Order: sequence, then C-alpha cells, then structure tokens
Amino acid sequence: MIYASLIAPFAEFEFMRRALVGTCALALGAGPVGVFLMLRRMSLMGDAMSHAILPGAAAGFLIAGLSLSAMTMGGLIAGFAVALLAGLVARTTELKEDASLAAFFLISLALGVTLVSLRGGNIDLMHFLFGSVLALDDATLLLIAAVASLTLAALAVIWRPLVLECVDPNFLRSVSQAGGPVHVAFLALVVMNLVGAFYALGTLLAVGLMMLPAAVARFWTRDITAMIVVAIATGLLSSLVGLLLSFHAGLPAGPAVILTAGLLYLGSVLFGRVGGLARRLARRRHLEA
Amino acid sequence: MARFLIVLACLAGLIASAPVAAQEPQAKRAATKNAVTVVASFSILADLVRNVGGERVAVSALVGPNGDAHVYEPTPADSKRIAVATLVVVNGLGYEGWIDRLIAASGSKAPVVVASAGVTPRAGEGEHGHAAEDPHAWQSVADAKRYVANIRDALIRIDPPGRDLYAANAASYLATLDALDAEIRRTLATIPADRRRVITGHDAFGYFGDAYGIAFLSPQGVSTEAEPSARDLARLITQIRAEKISAVFLENVIDPRLVRQIARETGVRIGGTLVSDALTGPGGPAPTYVALMRHNARTLAAALTN
Repeated sequence: MIYASLIAPFAEFEFMRRALVGTCALALGAGPVGVFLMLRRMSLMGDAMSHAILPGAAAGFLIAGLSLSAMTMGGLIAGFAVALLAGLVARTTELKEDASLAAFFLISLALGVTLVSLRGGNIDLMHFLFGSVLALDDATLLLIAAVASLTLAALAVIWRPLVLECVDPNFLRSVSQAGGPVHVAFLALVVMNLVGAFYALGTLLAVGLMMLPAAVARFWTRDITAMIVVAIATGLLSSLVGLLLSFHAGLPAGPAVILTAGLLYLGSVLFGRVGGLARRLARRRHLEA
Repeated sequence: MARFLIVLACLAGLIASAPVAAQEPQAKRAATKNAVTVVASFSILADLVRNVGGERVAVSALVGPNGDAHVYEPTPADSKRIAVATLVVVNGLGYEGWIDRLIAASGSKAPVVVASAGVTPRAGEGEHGHAAEDPHAWQSVADAKRYVANIRDALIRIDPPGRDLYAANAASYLATLDALDAEIRRTLATIPADRRRVITGHDAFGYFGDAYGIAFLSPQGVSTEAEPSARDLARLITQIRAEKISAVFLENVIDPRLVRQIARETGVRIGGTLVSDALTGPGGPAPTYVALMRHNARTLAAALTN
C-alpha cells in the first residue's frame, strides 16, 4: 500500500524520477537564496527577475532556436544586466533599489515581448521558453544540478559578509569593503537559479520553490543556518508530495508542487513556533492572565 | 533639457522603425487592387481562401506559419487588419478563443464566416466529463471540402460580381481535394492493421484518425494550453507499454520535449514531425494545405510500414 502510493510511481516511471531529481536540486540551490532574499526584504525580486530575463532568453531563441545553452546564456545576460543596472541606479541616484528594479524589469519585459512579437508574433515563445517539470532531459538536469552546486559553493564562500549585510549592513560597511562585491555576487546567484529553473521547470515553480520555503522557515526559527535547513527541507518535501499529488490526483505537476509548499506556508502562519498566529494568541492570553 | 531631447529623438527613431509602420502601406495597396480583403484566423484557412478567391481576393492570416492559434496573443496590427477587412474567416469549434474579443475591439463591420459550419464536431478528450469540441476538423479532407464550400458561399455573398470566378475556382479546388483524399488513402493503405496506433504532442489528429483509420493518442488535450499532469503522462506511458504503439511524432507547433521524454521512456521510435495546426514557411514541408496533408500521410506511412 505504502509502496504502491509512495515508491512505485518513481520506480516505475523515469519521468517521475527525473522530475524529483530536478525539483530537489532546485530546492537545494534556491532555498538558501530565497532565505537571504527574504531577510533582505527582496522577496518580490524573484518575480521581477523572472520577467527581466525574458528578452535575453527570447534573443537566444531567435538566434539559435530551441537551444538550452543559447537561451540560458541570453537569460543570464539579461538578468545580470537588469540586476546590475538596478543596483547601480539605486547606489548612485535618489531612487531606491525596489523602484529602480521595477523600472528595469518592466523595460526588460516590454523588450522581451517586443522581441517575441517580431518573430512573426506567432510562436508562443513562453511555451517554448518555460519547460515542464515532466519533460526534463539530461542536459536540463545537468544544468539545474550545476546551478545548485555552484550556488551552495558560492554561498559558503561569501557566507560571513552576506549574513552581516543582512543583519547589519552599516557594521559591515565600517569593517570591510566587501559589501558591494558580495551584493553583486548574491544577485548573480539569484539570476542563475532563476534562469536555470525557468527553462527546466517554468516561472511559477522557479520563483515558488525559491520564496515559499524561505517564508515557511521564517516561522520556525530565528537562526539563519537553521532557517536555511528548514527551507531546504520544505522545498524537498513539497517536491516529493507535489509530484505524488500530480501523479495520484491528476493535478498539473508544477502547480501541485507549489500548492504543497503553499499549504506548508499556511500551516506555518497558523502554528509556527516563531511568531505564528496560535503562538501569539496564546502568549497574549498568558500576559493578560 | 538637451538630454531630454536626445532621449526623445531616440524614441522617435524607434517608433519610426517599428514594423507596424512598414506593414501599413502594403495592406492599403492590397485593399485597392483586389475586390475583397479577407482576414483568416490562421495560415491553413488563409490557404483555402486563397485557392477559392484567386486574383480577386487579398488574403492574410492572423496566426502565420508555424504559429499556435490555441494560445495566440493578438497585436494592434491584427486589429487594424480586421478593421479594414471585408470578410473575416475563422475556424470555429472553439479553436480561436481570442478572436471574438479581437473582432469586437477592432470595430469591424465585416461579416464573420465560420469555416467549419456544418462539420459534425468530434468530441475532444475532455478531462472531467465535459468534453470540449475538437476544433481540428481540417485534418480530414472531407471536412476541409466543407470549409471550401462555406468560404465560396461567403465570398459570393459579399462580392456577387465575382460569382463565376469563385464557383469555378472552388470547383477545381474541390476536385484537387478529392484527388488528395484518394491519394492519402492509397498512401496509408500500405500500413498494416496492427501498426495503426501512434502518439502525437497534442490531440490534433482526431478527424484525420477517424477519416483514415489511425488511432492517435497524446499527452495534451485538444488545446495546447493546459499543462499535463503526472497522472496523464503515466497513463499514456503505461498504455504505450501495454499496447502496440508503433511510433511517436513531433508536431510543428508543439514543444518537442514532452514527446521526446515519452519516446525515451518507452523506447518507441520518433517517426518524424507532423504538421498539425499551421502551415510551415515556404521552405518547409507544408507551405499549402494540400502539401500539409500529403506530408502527414507520407510521414505516417514511412514510419509505420518499415
């Protein structure tokens, strides 16, 4: 019974195994990145960046057709350009980073839609650009795995200054010049994770597996390391349960994974140990008594 | 101030070079030379109209070669073309979900012809009981002949002086289609009875299968829009393993990755690319409707006979 419902789908079907490996690799890389994004109050950046990479990916497609490397390179270049320009404007002018990011991602999105339309306006490029988790081939899996490995390695290298910049940017500035480069490196990680995930899994899954586990983790601990562990665990669990839901209940695969993460989030909002609603209510009653 | 002017100048340059501007004079020229300007919703319909209308009719398609009309995003240029059109031809059967809004928004007074009127609709593989109609009726030549008759009648109605030309063109084209139908049957007759089950990307070949006796299965429904679930894909793979499926085929409008995954997982051969919902460009295997049907029949026969 347990075997039939939990193990058999993966044992029997290769596409389920590939989907699981892909989403798990994504959870490993995107989870920690999401936690840092959340701590820096940039939770919506993932969504914005997902639009920003469109022109690059479209340009790659127009030049080389449905080629993983061309579209990935294009997406990376467009994503970096938007992130860097937004950061540059934020640091050199009066405009805050969220506003300049919004401006640049909108320009980028419009440029992307224009590029897509110029190609006769016919092919539904989004369908081609953003793949399905059920159709992961070797090249795509390698790309996701490479991105996850690189992300974890890079995070290990920039860990200290990155954490410092999250909790006390002024202190970091007073003791070190690393703030700027670390910020750029971190943005690069965000872009890389999104681009890697888009082509393979689609926009929703990419941004969803980045931000929802981070939001879940926030409700269970205050320690950054523990938060990252919880985020990764949430991502892994959502992937497994979501794929099984898609398999047994016939839900579309990408949304099923994200809905599972969403349910975990709602549960955490209600019952989370750190600042969850139930906790707060209980504490207030305690204080009144 | 100077900086602002430079930005303005750049913008002006961008706007001037926009492709919409380039298309406009062409459309106007066409409108004056021909008696009737027809806008068809997609490339296959446009080809049918061209064959009936001949010299008297200027035809353009909203969704061009290799485009996917299921999920098309109309542009303002499309709206403009519809506004100046004297006749709009659509497939109907729920194929172009976006077209009604587009026609209404364009303010066009042109009559709208549903080319598939009179075709017996085939129920698509609806997910939860409520079966949607399968719009891909042109995949059966017999139904395409109905399209041609509808287009002929509509052209005669809006342009009575051209009656003789339209009737003659339609008659000769219908004869061509009859020959095509016979040719397809001859081509497919060589396929053994136990090898007539194949996989395609989306459910586009129901009418073809009904007309010519080949069973088509697919991971996506009749529209390309929905995302397949793991359950659907698993069922299809189980079915492929259990039954004798001879080949899987890619389509010109469909992302090939899902079908490739199916082929990899079941060990079934990829038989080639079928042309489903749009003509290919002039350099492709199916620049016209007749070429499209011929190409599909030959691809199927080649993959299934040896």
